[in-house]
Amino acid sequence: MMLEGHDESFNENPKANGEVSLGTTIMAIRFDHGVVMAADSRTTTGSFIANRVTDKIYKVTDNIYCCRSGSAADTQAISDIVKANLTVHSLELGQPPAVNTAAKVFRSMCYKYRDQLSAGIIVGGVDSTGPHVYSIPLGGSVVEQPFSIGGSGSTYIYGYCDAHYRPGMSKEECIEFAKSCVALAMSRDGSSGGLIRLAVITPDGVERQVVTGIEQ
Amino acid sequence: MPKQDTPQQVLAGLTSKNQFTKTGTTICGVICKNGVVLGADTRSTAGDIVMDKNCEKIHYIAPNIYCCGAGTAADTEYTTELISSQCKLHRYRTDRDTRVATAKTMLTRHLFQYQGHVSAALVLGGVDVLGPHLHTIYPHGSTDTLPFVAMGSGSLAAISMLEQGDADHQGWRPNMEVEEAVDLVKRAIHAGIFNDMGSGSNVDICVITKDEAGKIAADYRRNTDIANPRKYRRDVPYKLPATRLVEVNGDMDM
Repeated sequence: MMLEGHDESFNENPKANGEVSLGTTIMAIRFDHGVVMAADSRTTTGSFIANRVTDKIYKVTDNIYCCRSGSAADTQAISDIVKANLTVHSLELGQPPAVNTAAKVFRSMCYKYRDQLSAGIIVGGVDSTGPHVYSIPLGGSVVEQPFSIGGSGSTYIYGYCDAHYRPGMSKEECIEFAKSCVALAMSRDGSSGGLIRLAVITPDGVERQVVTGIEQ
Repeated sequence: MPKQDTPQQVLAGLTSKNQFTKTGTTICGVICKNGVVLGADTRSTAGDIVMDKNCEKIHYIAPNIYCCGAGTAADTEYTTELISSQCKLHRYRTDRDTRVATAKTMLTRHLFQYQGHVSAALVLGGVDVLGPHLHTIYPHGSTDTLPFVAMGSGSLAAISMLEQGDADHQGWRPNMEVEEAVDLVKRAIHAGIFNDMGSGSNVDICVITKDEAGKIAADYRRNTDIANPRKYRRDVPYKLPATRLVEVNGDMDM
């Protein structure tokens, strides 16, 4: 079963089964009234880049997005199911769902099928209680964090993120922080690359951005 | 001292493990102005042997949707036929033309359910009320939506023609005319046919477009380019030498 990092598989035959992987760098940062989600755009099958302009930031509901890493098939299937679930739930509720709820629905799938799945997901969004970021790594645990990084490229930027993150950053500072983190990870991780895609979620709506060129 | 394999043993192990994961095929698709152009080679292989020199890799899904298939021929054939009939029933139920997203979801659900054991890598293209669409679908059930795609063992050769082109021709650009796109797809499949051992023979093309009136038409051009014609061919059929009757012994009942 392929994991996000390519280390173990390099010695054996990587992706002999042709499985498509989001060897990735993803992150989400919470600021006072919203969330910035960022991701690279590379999808690989072994060493071949199947899609160099992937959008790994997936809309679950109007106010909740998720970043996908791990197996492309698994994360797409899970995201579709969670989206359908939450759409029905929000119709029954009569209001946009809570980010907490979305995270729990993701978790219930990721934990129940943890042996068959390879999915690392970061959920971010804004609801009536404010902005939230939840990280759901491979085993199916959920943890709320002020900011979260994930994917194979994230290992290269743990130190940078810990050193440069400050609580109480403004929206613009968070966007710049996200761009620089993902750019640094992309320049060191072979499985990450292409463009930097961003989604800035606020109570007013969602703004999507694309940054081309790694050196920014 | 750990046991070391000899080079011969390692090689034998590698070949028996069937490292050839990409399949003997070149298929591709591009989005053009008002439509989609799909292309495929026509070689079908079993290991090193060519089983069918002129097979059809572009499968019918709906009048406005076609699907190229790479991978195990039985899997691509069966999966596309299954989804084609599901789409027909869906058309009867909804009284509407099939949308590409519908076919995509049906294919994805089927492939994901089988966790990659149904070895079908597909290029799904079509035009519906919302416009032209082009998707790749991988055996494990993941999809990508792109303006130009290539799959199969010859995909590396084909994608280089689509990305970059060559000294005399450009690669893909937005809003190409239909015939320009057909030419581009032909060159991409050619690249696969001549540079990949798993691909060969002829080029099949399928053009799906929507005109100004909104009418969607699919033009399936079988063997649009016979890239590898049989060069040495007798003009006169071989005549068996006549058996000369020498003598008849007894009755002629056998």
